[in-house]
Amino acid sequence: MKKTKVIVGLGSCGIAAGASKTYSALEEILAKGEMDFELARTSCIGMCYKEPLVEIQDEKGKIIYGDMTAEAVEGILKSHLLDGKIDLERAVVAEEQKTPEDSFFEGQVKIALRNCGYMDPESFDEALERDAYKAIKTLIAENKSSMDIIQTMIDSGLRGRGGGGFPTGLKWKFAYQNESDQKYIICNADEGDPGAFMDRSLLEGDPHAVLEGMMIGGYTIGASQGVIYCRAEYPLAIKRLNIAINQAKAKGLLGEKLFGSDFSFDIYVKEGAGAFVCGEETALIASIEGKRGMPRKRPPFPAVSGLWAKPTNINNVETWANVPWIINHGAEAYAAYGTEKSKGTKVFALTGKIKHGGLVEVPMGVTINDIIFKLGGGIQGDKKFKAVQLGGPSGGCIPAELGDTIVDYDSVNATGAIMGSGGMVVMDESTCMIDLAKFFLNFTQEESCGKCTFCRVGTKRMLEMLERITEGKGEDGDIEKLENLAHQIKNNSLCGLGQTAPNPVLTTLKYFRHEYEAHIYDKKCPAKVCKPLLTYTIDPEKCTGCTVCAVKCPTNAIDGSRKQIHSINQETCIHCGECYNVCKFEAVMVD
Amino acid sequence: MLSDRIATLVRSRLLLNSIYLIMRITRIAHTQQSQPKEDADLSLMKPLLIKYDHKPGSLIPLLQGTQELYGFLPSGAFKAISEATGIAPADIYGVATFYAQFRLSPVGKNIIKVCHGTACHVQNANAITDALKDHLGVNDGETTADGEFTLESVACLGCCSLAPVMMIGENTYGKLNGKSAVKILKEIKNQLCTNQPKAEK
Repeated sequence: MKKTKVIVGLGSCGIAAGASKTYSALEEILAKGEMDFELARTSCIGMCYKEPLVEIQDEKGKIIYGDMTAEAVEGILKSHLLDGKIDLERAVVAEEQKTPEDSFFEGQVKIALRNCGYMDPESFDEALERDAYKAIKTLIAENKSSMDIIQTMIDSGLRGRGGGGFPTGLKWKFAYQNESDQKYIICNADEGDPGAFMDRSLLEGDPHAVLEGMMIGGYTIGASQGVIYCRAEYPLAIKRLNIAINQAKAKGLLGEKLFGSDFSFDIYVKEGAGAFVCGEETALIASIEGKRGMPRKRPPFPAVSGLWAKPTNINNVETWANVPWIINHGAEAYAAYGTEKSKGTKVFALTGKIKHGGLVEVPMGVTINDIIFKLGGGIQGDKKFKAVQLGGPSGGCIPAELGDTIVDYDSVNATGAIMGSGGMVVMDESTCMIDLAKFFLNFTQEESCGKCTFCRVGTKRMLEMLERITEGKGEDGDIEKLENLAHQIKNNSLCGLGQTAPNPVLTTLKYFRHEYEAHIYDKKCPAKVCKPLLTYTIDPEKCTGCTVCAVKCPTNAIDGSRKQIHSINQETCIHCGECYNVCKFEAVMVD
Repeated sequence: MLSDRIATLVRSRLLLNSIYLIMRITRIAHTQQSQPKEDADLSLMKPLLIKYDHKPGSLIPLLQGTQELYGFLPSGAFKAISEATGIAPADIYGVATFYAQFRLSPVGKNIIKVCHGTACHVQNANAITDALKDHLGVNDGETTADGEFTLESVACLGCCSLAPVMMIGENTYGKLNGKSAVKILKEIKNQLCTNQPKAEK
């Protein structure tokens, strides 16, 4: 009989949810000797809202339990292993049996994430079992020409998953056609979009897929050196990448004259130092060269003159992870998914006010509503779905009315947002769109490298205007000024950061103009977020005279003694909301 | 000889640059907060400088390594790196101030990074920063008087589905509110007091 295997999901988010404590608890249980099993680890399966996750594999099949904190794990394990009972209420995945969470996986197609959560990312043998390095071996054994591989990539329809959406095959073709003694392959793992973590999960869960993708790219364009530029904020991803690189080197999969051919390839990891603009390819190259990460004018494109002025091909983590699958399964299999112009699948990080936050991979062409309501389980607290933010600080907000928009590059662009790297932040009626636009502007003005005046000064001016509006000091004409400045910044910035920085403002103005007007003319915040615009009053019918609010009020603006109805003095009230937070009888009203 | 004169000029400019720069860095370090005078032992940097000797593009790893040694970039380190690499101190300073990771003044023993990414923002990360500011009595980016804690706001930590989150040392804490964040901080303080720092693996 095969030994029972207990596997803990140890990705960054699992660890944050307490998975390493669960792992320690399991080690203690094992040490007690009451139950016998093999303890192993894997990475994120995408179901972040149920973390920590523990999988049990035995003769009953494969069951994954959710919410397995260190306290809960022993009980579940005992009833599963000793009493043979499967607690279906807590199970999130059970073979041949329905669990309450099955809807999360319905409609998902895992290509980039094919191995994430299904293997130990630090085990080379498990990676080999799951076809790691099979594609590059086949290509070399069959002596495939570069143009053949490029044609396969073009036929697959794969487009850059970092956000730009440029056809990968064409990008490779340009780098291939430029003759040089030295060329470079770069993996862009500088995932800076707040609200996106698909690249982190991929690197933590399946580093070998990314390495193999880069090798195939190197073999095709004639590069012998690969660089992975990874954010320093992702220590676990960097650790697992280095483990994988060392394993590959030890097994002769990276280095000189690979698989008996003339092809040599080596990879090293370069840690970023915290600059969002380094996601832009020319800034990223400058950063690898040890300079300030400032973008430069293109052309020349990196395919002509990139790292150390040599032809360079840069792709994003998710793009690289798709490459070996396409080689193994063929361009047609990949192109079978998706829409006419956007083929294949895309990974989305589903976050915000959503019930089932996590990582999902879906074929291009599903609708936003499908992702949010079917996979994501709808809005937290069953509140009303207001908008979804796609593409991070460069993207925009798509309102609930456009929830039937299908997800592909062109349809999303038509709304004014961009696909971006795939961060999907869901918002309900309690999110103020001006506050959100202010948040993104604050981010981009801080991250602007300062090279272009419109981006450097313009974003700052826009932010100041938004700050005024949310403080109730908005004036007639502000909206027009914002629009004018937004277009100026878009047209007069060199790189993607500046060209897209006004998008959050422009899309919220397009779809939520009435909220701007309410802030400016009525001095009201409909979502009740912007505190200076709120008025707090006490409902005399509900007030019990408990005095809690009066005691807590920092400016003594609340009058009333015990068992008497209280009232708020509007002149001394500073709108801090403390009374609203402490009232147990919902007697404090906000308007 | 013209070339000799140019070389002397360049050298003297480099030297001047480095003097100005060190003055400027010292000034910034002093005005930012009243920290004890930095007495970084620069000899610790030797293995680092040897490791990256004559490797192109190694300025950022050098600065990262230096910061790992001292917790910040001491002003003397700029000169040491400049001498070893031949890069002008002004350029080194330019790189050090460009990236968010580098600090020019000492920080607390424990750095609290409160995530202010989009997902955390819509889940009210501001409440966490506010509660911690109140509890520690410092502003964002400042260090407590006892040198134990530095409070920082950071962009996305990549744990969006557990928003709002914060990171203290290597540990990430998720699904917080103001109260629970302060509670975690108090627990850490207690551990520090009993002098039994419990490392989590």
